[in-house]
Amino acid sequence: MKYTGDVIKYGDNVDTDVIIPARYLNTSDHAELASHCMEDLDRTFVSRVKPGDIIAAGNNFGCGSSREHAPIAIKASGVSLVIAKSFARIFYRNAINIGLAIVECPEAAEAISEGDRVEADLDNGIIRDLTTGAEFRTAPFPEFIQTMIGNGGLVSSIANGAIK
Amino acid sequence: MAMTMTQKILAAHSGRESVQAGELILASLDLVLGNDITSPVAIKEFARLGRDSVFDRDKITMVMDHFAPNKDIKAAEQCKMCRDFCGEKDITHFYDVGQMGIEHALLPERGLVTAGNAVIGADSHTCTYGALGAFSTGVGSTDMACAMAIGKAWFKVPSAMRIVLTGKLRRHVSGKDVILHIIGKIGVDGALYKSMEFTGEGLSSLTMADRLCIANMAVEAGAKNGIFEVDGVTLAYLREHGAVEPAIYTADPGAEYDETLEIDLSAIEPTVAFPHLPENAKTFGEFSEIPIDQVVIGSCTNGRLEDLRAAAEIMRGKKCAKNVRVIVIPATQSIYLAAMEEGLLRTFIESGAVVSTPTCGPCLGGHMGILAAGERAVTTTNRNFVGRMGHVDSEVYLASPAVAAASAVTGRIASPWEVMSE
Repeated sequence: MKYTGDVIKYGDNVDTDVIIPARYLNTSDHAELASHCMEDLDRTFVSRVKPGDIIAAGNNFGCGSSREHAPIAIKASGVSLVIAKSFARIFYRNAINIGLAIVECPEAAEAISEGDRVEADLDNGIIRDLTTGAEFRTAPFPEFIQTMIGNGGLVSSIANGAIK
Repeated sequence: MAMTMTQKILAAHSGRESVQAGELILASLDLVLGNDITSPVAIKEFARLGRDSVFDRDKITMVMDHFAPNKDIKAAEQCKMCRDFCGEKDITHFYDVGQMGIEHALLPERGLVTAGNAVIGADSHTCTYGALGAFSTGVGSTDMACAMAIGKAWFKVPSAMRIVLTGKLRRHVSGKDVILHIIGKIGVDGALYKSMEFTGEGLSSLTMADRLCIANMAVEAGAKNGIFEVDGVTLAYLREHGAVEPAIYTADPGAEYDETLEIDLSAIEPTVAFPHLPENAKTFGEFSEIPIDQVVIGSCTNGRLEDLRAAAEIMRGKKCAKNVRVIVIPATQSIYLAAMEEGLLRTFIESGAVVSTPTCGPCLGGHMGILAAGERAVTTTNRNFVGRMGHVDSEVYLASPAVAAASAVTGRIASPWEVMSE
């Protein structure tokens, strides 16, 4: 898969409580969750995020709660890809399960700046910062996860018998 | 190939002789858990799977604890959705208001988890059951939905950090101080993707309440799971709570650990995690006077009977400080009842605290004790992120029940060693 978008940049330990505060967990409506995405970290996010934008962040992105509402809110807000130095493990599996593209690449996450235009080719493991011309390599997903993503996520993989 | 405790449980649940760190496996599950916030998302995903029934109605549990008793109309709708689903699928272990407690206190108490089990829960603190010698980890709602259908979940086999405990805790020091100390040492991603495996001669002095509290916060160090070696304390607890026959897994000699951390329990002091990360651990003497507005004693981390006893011992005969709101939340109905019979609730109420029905409520800023801008709370909960208990400009300090109680009566963050003479 290829993704191209403008970067919104955050630091380390962006937790699920700031991605989607618990006061909004009385709903699972995607659009409503998106309307509060990042509210307690960055009040400007909702007004400035555009379809296709890419989040670049530091270590341990998505730490804290298991709430799937967090990757749902990010995906529903139009973000196409999250690049981080590392992800908290529950957020990592939730993103894969629901089909939000994510990639761990410490070098890219460090070097890319707010507002840069970035292109990511995850099949070939290449991230390009089109603004600076820098290029970064990432490891491809393991086969099992590629199969799951190829089948449209965990639910579709089970529904069509790819995972039993 | 020598395996860790966690790897042996995962191998046994995936029909394999052995597994290695980094491998991706599909493991069979003994229990699948959800709550009133995460289950509605899972129920919607389950509908997309096109299955009429769940894999095993006895191996799924839903606990209405986060925004229950219903805090608003939307929360009521979410609980109703869970209630209707469990009714329709004839789920055995559905816990509604009246039977429910905070999930991670309730399940061990009900004997629903035993040593050697593989458990997932759509709640990050599902790692709590590692205290019982189970592999237990938090996942999301989609995992829960799929597990309800096929009884399995995918895992990357974790590598591990070994934590060797020696010595014995001092008076008014508990499991909470131990885990805050460890997270302070290794950081909130110090055990990212790994198992934290607790072992050593110091283990025998830790009560099950201490162990449940420590395993509960493994996720705050980024760990996939925290797990304790099974011993007499574990087996006695499992027997007392009517859990099914345990399967005991010990790490192989020569099992590989990424690192080993040695913790001398006798050197642990009352510890407080400052805003806004659980890794900001400090001991008394490292900070000056910090006045507070609220104290919360409860949660899946510290709402057990031993926790309430520790707090009551300090608050007995004393009054809560002026302008400090103190909220005590027994984690389950049976803890509530026992606390009543032991006179702990009288102690709290006479000191000026309120005692609430079981709920996760304030821990995640849901209800029952939300903070205003500029307010500060000492709580026995597990996270102190920005806005966790209310306004983004409020502050949460994580501590043990003893520290919370000492703070309640002094009106500032206080050590139990200072308040109690012995």
